[in-house]
Amino acid sequence: MLERGEVANSWRNERWDSLRLLTPNFQSRLPGLRYEGPEPDGYMAMSEVTEFIEAFAKVSAAPVRTGVNVTSVQPADGGYRITHSEGVIQARAVVIASGACNLPAVPPLHEAVPAHVTQLTPFSYRNPDQVPDGGVLVVGGSATGAQLAAELRLSGRPVTLSTGEHVRLPRTYRDRDVLWWMDASGVWDQRHDEVEDLERARRLPSPQLVGTPARDTLDLNALTSMGVELVGRLATVRDGRALFSGGLRNVISLSDLKMERLLATFDEWATADGRAALVGPPERFEPTRVPERSRLQLDLESGEIRTIVWATGFRPDYRWLDVPVVDAKGHLQHEGGVAAPGLYALGLPVLRRRKSTFICGIEDDARAVIGDLARHLAGSG
Amino acid sequence: MTAVTNGVNVQALLDAREVLKGAPEAAQFTWRASAKWQTGVHSQIKVDSFFGLGEEQKHEAESTFEADHPVIFAATDNGITPIEYLLVGLASCLTAGVASVAENRGIQLRSVESKLEGAHDIRGILGADSDVRNGFNDIKVTFTIDADASKQEIEALVAQSQKRSAVFDALSNPTNITVEVA
Repeated sequence: MLERGEVANSWRNERWDSLRLLTPNFQSRLPGLRYEGPEPDGYMAMSEVTEFIEAFAKVSAAPVRTGVNVTSVQPADGGYRITHSEGVIQARAVVIASGACNLPAVPPLHEAVPAHVTQLTPFSYRNPDQVPDGGVLVVGGSATGAQLAAELRLSGRPVTLSTGEHVRLPRTYRDRDVLWWMDASGVWDQRHDEVEDLERARRLPSPQLVGTPARDTLDLNALTSMGVELVGRLATVRDGRALFSGGLRNVISLSDLKMERLLATFDEWATADGRAALVGPPERFEPTRVPERSRLQLDLESGEIRTIVWATGFRPDYRWLDVPVVDAKGHLQHEGGVAAPGLYALGLPVLRRRKSTFICGIEDDARAVIGDLARHLAGSG
Repeated sequence: MTAVTNGVNVQALLDAREVLKGAPEAAQFTWRASAKWQTGVHSQIKVDSFFGLGEEQKHEAESTFEADHPVIFAATDNGITPIEYLLVGLASCLTAGVASVAENRGIQLRSVESKLEGAHDIRGILGADSDVRNGFNDIKVTFTIDADASKQEIEALVAQSQKRSAVFDALSNPTNITVEVA
């Protein structure tokens, strides 16, 4: 196992200070290791995630070589030649476990932002103290955008949140964590070859969730109540002005409808087999309050906005992968984690199931992919 | 899924989507209109050909549109005003979307009607107040739909039709426009 930094490197070094896992502690389970602390419904801070992964490195006795950066993987002699910072390895099979979030995906229009506006990404943002006083425009309505908008608003700054399509979820539903429902009701077990539109499922933004001790819901209503101003999707920056879509109302309708459909499937599941005893009574949530008139433009020259936070997602970095398995958009082409003979991936969105990118989702995927790998080695051995 | 007949050939659209995924150049269309000034603020616009799927295409028949302004604008009212054509485009685009999405989702439509209202402060175009924009301040679309579906399913149809609408996008998002003198 080659690790460019330390064990749990991304959790240690590439996350903002206040981030906690979106999954509750009881879902933090890996083969031979599960959360056994006093707060099964709590959410791990990054230091706790790091400890958890470190513990797994010990429990699994994984042969991790830290501080080894892979610079190239290329086909060679029926297998692959891996060039890294300390030498070369010839391998019959390779598993790519570098994840989907190596780099912040910032849209090219960031180049048109006036120079006096500070621009941050989730990789460069740590906490509000590093952000200039004054207004902040957060671009992106995923978990990252919602969390950073809330944190910056609580720091006293005026915050505008620009959002396109987004995923609304309550933190808890019928007295259970919403991710308990995703797991228990079988949504997360949906396989990649059962998902109706796999491409779309794989680029679904993360739901508007936050892990707080109070188990707060962080949807757009929560942000509006905090005083965050909502605007539509950022369409372009022209002549120093940020121009936003007038389609905010519709992306909000889409999210509300999707959330209601999801909750209805939970209810349906709970009705069967006397499961209603496991959960509280059905709940319905207030529709998202849409601003009567959202602003369509913001003058970035006026000084109203001092900082833009690009919460516009992440992308994988495969510049080191010299195998023709990466598509024009920079995503790995694979079938359930098999990219090419002897070349595998783990930990990508909906790799084999909807839960593929969650800690509790890796075990099933790993068993399937390693099964294929073992057959490959047996066949080519 | 029960057989529904809204008259949309969804299979052809789904097939086209698959083909064009691998052939983005064929997906590049150019829509055209040519206008000719008549007199006053009256103009005549013809739409006939377009480019797409890699070659020149023609409509089954040329369409002619008259655009003018109403009498209360001291004009001759030979046709609807230009900004009303935007409502025509939006209404037809969203309606086509509702029918297509319904067909794809197996929802039988019985009637789909919509009313559109564009709020317009004409002080902008008259130059009476420089803080007032020239275009619509707001557009409101109200659909009345009779279909074999729940209210929530109908709302989802309307939401999806906006999500995939060319005209909704063109009106709600900025677009680069180049106007030249030949």
